[in-house]
Amino acid sequence: MNWDKFIVDGLKHGDPLIIGAVISIVLVSIAIVAGLTYFKKWGYLWREWLTTVDHKKIGVMYIISALVMLFRGGADGLMLRIQLTAPEAKFLTAQHYNEIFSAHGIIMILFMAMPFIIGIMNVVIPLQIGARDVAFPRLNAVSFWLFFFGAMLYNIAFVVGGAPDAGWTSYFPLASTEFSPGVGNNYYAIALQIAGLGTLMTGVNFIVTIMKMRAPGMTLMRMPMFTWSTLITCIIIVFAFPVLTVALALMMFDRLFGSQFFTMANGGMDMLWANLFWVWGHPEVYIVILPAFGIYSEIISTFSRKNLYGYKSMVASMAIISLLSFLVWVHHFYTMGQGAAVNSFFSITTMLIAVPTGVKIFNWLFTLRKGKIVFTTPMLYSLAFIPIFTLGGVTGVMLAMASADYQYHNTMFLVAHFHYVLIPGTVFAVIAGMYYWFPLIAGFKLNERQGKAAFWTIAISFNVTFLPLFFLGLDGMTRRQYTYSAETGFGPLNLIATIGSVGLMIGFALVVYNIIWSFRHAPRETKGDVWDGAGRTLEWATHIPVPVYNFAVVPEVDRLDAFYFAKKEKRSLFKNKIEKIHMPSNNGQPFILGAIFFFWGFFMVFSMWKSAIVAGIGVLILLAMRTFERDHGFYIPVDEVKKTEQSYGGDSV
Amino acid sequence: MKKKGSLLVILTLLTLLLSGCTDELIVLNPKGPAAEMLSETIIFSVLMMAGVLVVVFTLFTIILVKYRASNSSPDYEPPHDEGSLKLEITWTLIPIIIVTILSVVTVKTTVAVEKPPAGYENQKPMIIYASSSNYKWHFSYPEQGIETVNYLNIPTGQNIEFRLYSYGPITSFWIPQLGGQKYAMSDMVTKLNLVADTPGSMMGKNSNFSGRGFAKMEFEVLAMSPGEFDEWVNDVKKTAPPLTEERFDELLKIEFPGRESYTSTHLEFRPAPEDHSSHFKKPGQKDEEQPSNNDNHEGHGEENNQETEVEDHSNH
Repeated sequence: MNWDKFIVDGLKHGDPLIIGAVISIVLVSIAIVAGLTYFKKWGYLWREWLTTVDHKKIGVMYIISALVMLFRGGADGLMLRIQLTAPEAKFLTAQHYNEIFSAHGIIMILFMAMPFIIGIMNVVIPLQIGARDVAFPRLNAVSFWLFFFGAMLYNIAFVVGGAPDAGWTSYFPLASTEFSPGVGNNYYAIALQIAGLGTLMTGVNFIVTIMKMRAPGMTLMRMPMFTWSTLITCIIIVFAFPVLTVALALMMFDRLFGSQFFTMANGGMDMLWANLFWVWGHPEVYIVILPAFGIYSEIISTFSRKNLYGYKSMVASMAIISLLSFLVWVHHFYTMGQGAAVNSFFSITTMLIAVPTGVKIFNWLFTLRKGKIVFTTPMLYSLAFIPIFTLGGVTGVMLAMASADYQYHNTMFLVAHFHYVLIPGTVFAVIAGMYYWFPLIAGFKLNERQGKAAFWTIAISFNVTFLPLFFLGLDGMTRRQYTYSAETGFGPLNLIATIGSVGLMIGFALVVYNIIWSFRHAPRETKGDVWDGAGRTLEWATHIPVPVYNFAVVPEVDRLDAFYFAKKEKRSLFKNKIEKIHMPSNNGQPFILGAIFFFWGFFMVFSMWKSAIVAGIGVLILLAMRTFERDHGFYIPVDEVKKTEQSYGGDSV
Repeated sequence: MKKKGSLLVILTLLTLLLSGCTDELIVLNPKGPAAEMLSETIIFSVLMMAGVLVVVFTLFTIILVKYRASNSSPDYEPPHDEGSLKLEITWTLIPIIIVTILSVVTVKTTVAVEKPPAGYENQKPMIIYASSSNYKWHFSYPEQGIETVNYLNIPTGQNIEFRLYSYGPITSFWIPQLGGQKYAMSDMVTKLNLVADTPGSMMGKNSNFSGRGFAKMEFEVLAMSPGEFDEWVNDVKKTAPPLTEERFDELLKIEFPGRESYTSTHLEFRPAPEDHSSHFKKPGQKDEEQPSNNDNHEGHGEENNQETEVEDHSNH
């Protein structure tokens, strides 16, 4: 066997960054294995986490993975910024730079933003609708492990074989074997496919969960806004992700089996890839932004002690955004030469998105009006979101104008714009959501003083990093260029941006410090509804940390914000007696399935057909096992539920 | 509060942008009518959007200052507020009006960028084929019968119809001070009309990521009076060699050849893929295009062996 193909170029050439990465991966792996063995935690890990079907634990695993990926992607971003600090810098080579910006985009969107959002959905949605788990708990575990192993497969590309280097968009013909002969883009086609299948299943799972498992009395128009945003997001997922699945499959055929869908020769169409990619890619942007809108709606309403202003128009605006999200994909390549009529159509549809988004901004502002605004850490992120996102939004309207886009396209102006919507939009939201809902899982709040310090560091550094890029773009600096000459005059603004990015990294490190510190020192909460009794939705109606069955008795809902009004009118939402509770049983198959997919993907990447076929058969065997398996879960007896309830102090029911 | 600070920073930067420093930013410092129209469009949209920002930021600041908990009495209980149909319709209608105004401007200018710039509609355009192959640009002047590599000389006051295509990954042909950019692709020709008003040197580049050498894919655009242009053409014709098929194939493989000039164009033996219609050609028709793509294909196979040797040219 020829082992040479597994060794990345960086190792062969002795690139210190790559060698460092390899050594750190090996060391961390050894440390994890040794630690688990030393503390005898293998059994615990397997029983409590790897085999779990509990939506809360799966949510936590999503969030931990996303945080790790945030640092991987953040380190990539920092390296890109360091390379661009000064003209003709020699920190990275062109090839290495290309691999890193490709990784930065893919990781941040697919392996950070999406799993973070899905993690929060997992933790919160069943609680918010008064359910005991998602509709298909086992499928939920499959979703997670497919995402996890897809992400791992992508992550080993840097040290085994070579990383994708054609951008997160992987445009053809650049990404074809003709111009990218290495295995890098095979990783792209296969790893994204595996993770994408997981996401598609999540979409189905949460649509069914929200449609079928709401508490009695919770009609659609009584659902909390985050639940609404999740429902709409999952509908987008179900319509958009099959496009990615097909596009990636065609890419795989092109790269591995010599088909010619997107190649230069024999009538392949490179533009077809661009179209398919963005038919998925633009809705994908809304998949990560709509749940963020939902998170902000919950937090702003809670901490201004007021119900959400214009609930109906909030729901309607999200529905309209989701429709429009499928009608704007061409704005990613106005300059492809499709002519004025097509460009005008897509300009108008794109600008129209500003209307429902504007409605949302004003509704949030009017939720705050006449409120009693408390500046907690999650609220600070939510408030900072409004002005920063508005700036991102209006530059989006500018970019939507096809004619003007001929001057913005592919420049730093665009880079500044999408960071101005995605960071305050998605990243601030998931961090705010994490702070807000953290007590549900952990039983304590994250330290507020540290949280606020981290917030200010992040918010200020963010603007220092990305505001200069608008001007660099208008000065003709293109994205993805690994260096520039001194004559261009790009130097000073780039230096400022790099300083900001260091600040951003410090800010995110502070968030992690905040979490670790709070685990050891934060005071434990004794009651649910921890935010000074300001909770409005059902997740605050149960104990903290939330018991495995979520609610001892299923709550009954008679209006929007039912929990808030029940507290005010001193009523209880829990009318029935405690009964035995049906729960799904843990199972190791999802984890094993994910692991087999990982090996299948690895063999496919390196065209090792026999091994790939064996792994593929392994997948089929597991699917067959599941088909013929009978597992109706188990019941938690009444006594045990009562005992657990008493351990919480037991008077909420 | 920090928000007021950032508001100030943004407004100051916007004012700066719109007053003094437009000359500093090349997109807003046009040297031709197409770029001028786009620059005006951009500034118009910035002003419209600045209006939106001012409204949102002002409301935001007032609300945060006025309704903070520390500013209200401890027993103040915020009212239940379902929303107001009137207000919600207002902030739906106003954005619709703004978007409508911008749409009119957009459609007008979007139609205009696809045509010769205003004032040059009736002038016979001069045609230049601009094609990219790994990290360089070929400029073919079929009317003058010359071809250059990595530099572009053009006469002022003359509408030039650029016909763009690529011998590899998608690239984007962009001369910011003359006008917008457009993609160059391997299987069709796209067109872009640009005019330079004043003589002078400008930066042109590929703006679409196309691989390892992408950052170096810049070329100088020199606008000169028609007289000087003719002189230059004659000069090239006297001094430069013809472009043979062998030389062109060689050239396709070189990554950074520096500047070159030839007294014939590659269009004679390697015609451009022309427009969309080539996708729909009948079998057997215009067959000569197909082999040219295949040649190129083979060319790239050898590319890797040459890398180290070729890299040195980048410092020309």
